[in-house]
Amino acid sequence: MEKRRMLRALICFSGLILLTGLLFCLSLMSGSSTIPPGTVFGILTGQKTDPAAYRIITDIRLPRTLSALILGGGLSVSGFLLQSFFRNPIAGPFVLGISSGAKLTVALLMIAALQHGFVMSSGMMIAAAFVGSVLCMLTVLLFSGRVKNMAQLVISGVMIGYICNALTDLAVTFADDANIVNLHNWSKGSFSGTDWQDIRAMTILVSVSVIGAFLLSKPIGAYQLGEAYAENMGVNIRIFRLLLILLSSALSACVTAFAGPVSFVGIAVPHLMKGMFGTAKPLILIPAVFLGGGVFCMGCDLIARTLFAPQELSVSTVTAVFGAPVVIFIMLHHAKERSAS
Amino acid sequence: MNTILQTDALSAGYSRKVIVDGLMFSVSAGEICTLIGPNGAGKSTVLKTIAAQLPILSGKIALCGDDLSTLREKDVSKRLSVLLTQKITAERMTCGDVAETGRYPYTGTLGILSAEDKMIVREAMGLVGAEHLYDTDFRQISDGQRQCVMLARAISQQPKIMLLDEPTSFLDIGHKLHILTLLRQLAKERRIAVVQSLHELDLAQKFSDTVICIHNGKAERIGTPEEIFAGDYISALYEIRDGAYDPRFGTAEPSAVPGKPEIFVIGGGGAGIPVYRKLHRTGIPFAAGVLHENDLEYPTAKALASVVISEKAFEPVGEDAIRQAAAVMQQCREVICCTEYFGAMNQSNRKLKEQAEALGLLQSFV
Repeated sequence: MEKRRMLRALICFSGLILLTGLLFCLSLMSGSSTIPPGTVFGILTGQKTDPAAYRIITDIRLPRTLSALILGGGLSVSGFLLQSFFRNPIAGPFVLGISSGAKLTVALLMIAALQHGFVMSSGMMIAAAFVGSVLCMLTVLLFSGRVKNMAQLVISGVMIGYICNALTDLAVTFADDANIVNLHNWSKGSFSGTDWQDIRAMTILVSVSVIGAFLLSKPIGAYQLGEAYAENMGVNIRIFRLLLILLSSALSACVTAFAGPVSFVGIAVPHLMKGMFGTAKPLILIPAVFLGGGVFCMGCDLIARTLFAPQELSVSTVTAVFGAPVVIFIMLHHAKERSAS
Repeated sequence: MNTILQTDALSAGYSRKVIVDGLMFSVSAGEICTLIGPNGAGKSTVLKTIAAQLPILSGKIALCGDDLSTLREKDVSKRLSVLLTQKITAERMTCGDVAETGRYPYTGTLGILSAEDKMIVREAMGLVGAEHLYDTDFRQISDGQRQCVMLARAISQQPKIMLLDEPTSFLDIGHKLHILTLLRQLAKERRIAVVQSLHELDLAQKFSDTVICIHNGKAERIGTPEEIFAGDYISALYEIRDGAYDPRFGTAEPSAVPGKPEIFVIGGGGAGIPVYRKLHRTGIPFAAGVLHENDLEYPTAKALASVVISEKAFEPVGEDAIRQAAAVMQQCREVICCTEYFGAMNQSNRKLKEQAEALGLLQSFV
């Protein structure tokens, strides 16, 4: 059994890595003009035989694909951390309103930047999003102390999300017309428009956070049995909870800062990975969820920009189509289990 | 004796609200100490405080000679393991996964188990008889099996002391005995100190070395089962109003049906017990006699009948008792005789039966 589990994990990981590579190449190849795989490979290894294709790949498609991979992975890990924290399978940055909180603070910063004429750096965007995330997270925490039930927690999160969205709309209404278009696009969720400076910032932040989460695998595993048991195993609950909040907020803040709120990835991917790997061990799941999130978002982004090309869909539209059914499935599954036991 | 746990004027409770005060007791290696007391008395609160999950309100707890409040989480976890009442809703965890979490304090940063760790867990699973469940999903097993796996988890932690909050509640009688027998085995063979709370008084009496009675915010009595389960103390401890607890047999009996006896039961040797129960169930007040005080059914009759006419142990039933019984019998509308054999010591009961027959009160009883 131990060996069969290892083998299963090995096969699943290989499959995920293969899928990552495949979707990565596919994303670079497809778009308004199809670039053959040979040329893509050539450009990636540094050949500049086709200058137009080179610019398309290095300036547009490569950053976009990379950001889908990194942010998708980060968003999924953030979801996994939140689910562990609340011991609730449908917790996630989007459902709990944390993404919306980040969106609000980023929108406020954008409006302020445009009005006062200063240029926003990636760092400022992330910082603003982080503040918004943490504020929303704290609000949700305040509620979670009072509500014990999974649905109530989610409802309070969704309500917080609505409040933040309403405030964002209010802020946009009073901003200059010209700026609204820009903000509007971003606020729907998209991996486009990232430059190499953004990629660098998100790589650093996401990799530090994901590695941090990975190092917390042991206490997360203990926490799965419940707070009291984790405490008995020697986990310092207060520090552990604080770290989980900081890491999940940092990850969802980073995603929101660069791609806007992307829905349902944080719930769907961890759930799919648990099913695929057949385990809840964080040591295996955290890398799996990261890779799975990357694959999911690259795939959704590919669909978003090719399905009705040249018209582009927001990536949230696609992730919702694939992610929301997973949430419904989890709800039904849990209801069935509860009635069975 | 090797003292594992010692409390000194300990107050336990939640955020400054003291629930149990002035606790002074110690538990040695290999000893089973059981907390009993009514619901809400604070048994769980005491256990949680000892487990360092609730802050100590005042007083001290020493764990293996060290002050609990100065020990680091990791050191506590190597000395003390727990089995709690809360249900675990672990998703996609096998029983083996759950038991393996007991090795947590001994593994490195990433929590990867060594071959030795795995052997310890396998052994613990074998000890509780749950080896075959190793690869089964934790949510798919019965409550009894789940408790066994949780016990294996607690054993894997290799503690000096185990704290168990109602380990046998919700289990069937077979599993109750299995868990308690395992605990006794662990205490005797591995010299683990066991502190548990139990609601099954009969089992607490049979499986504990020390019993602590939590009542009215303090440890009302601390002693051996022989000291605690004596007289009417248990009925007082639980403030029983609707009956009484008989510590000799570990049985709870409801109060007798009030009113003048309508039926007289001539019993003896246990033959009357089913009749007493049936009459009590149907709500008919009855009298029983003449019973020797050492008769098997005497305690049941004493609890359920409104009048019991008795004779001292090992004495022949005397004239006094017969006269008394006859007087009560004549007031009844029916007499049931449950026995056909009257031994040398209760020949007088035969006379009673004949008297009843003569009065036309006797009902045949099969």
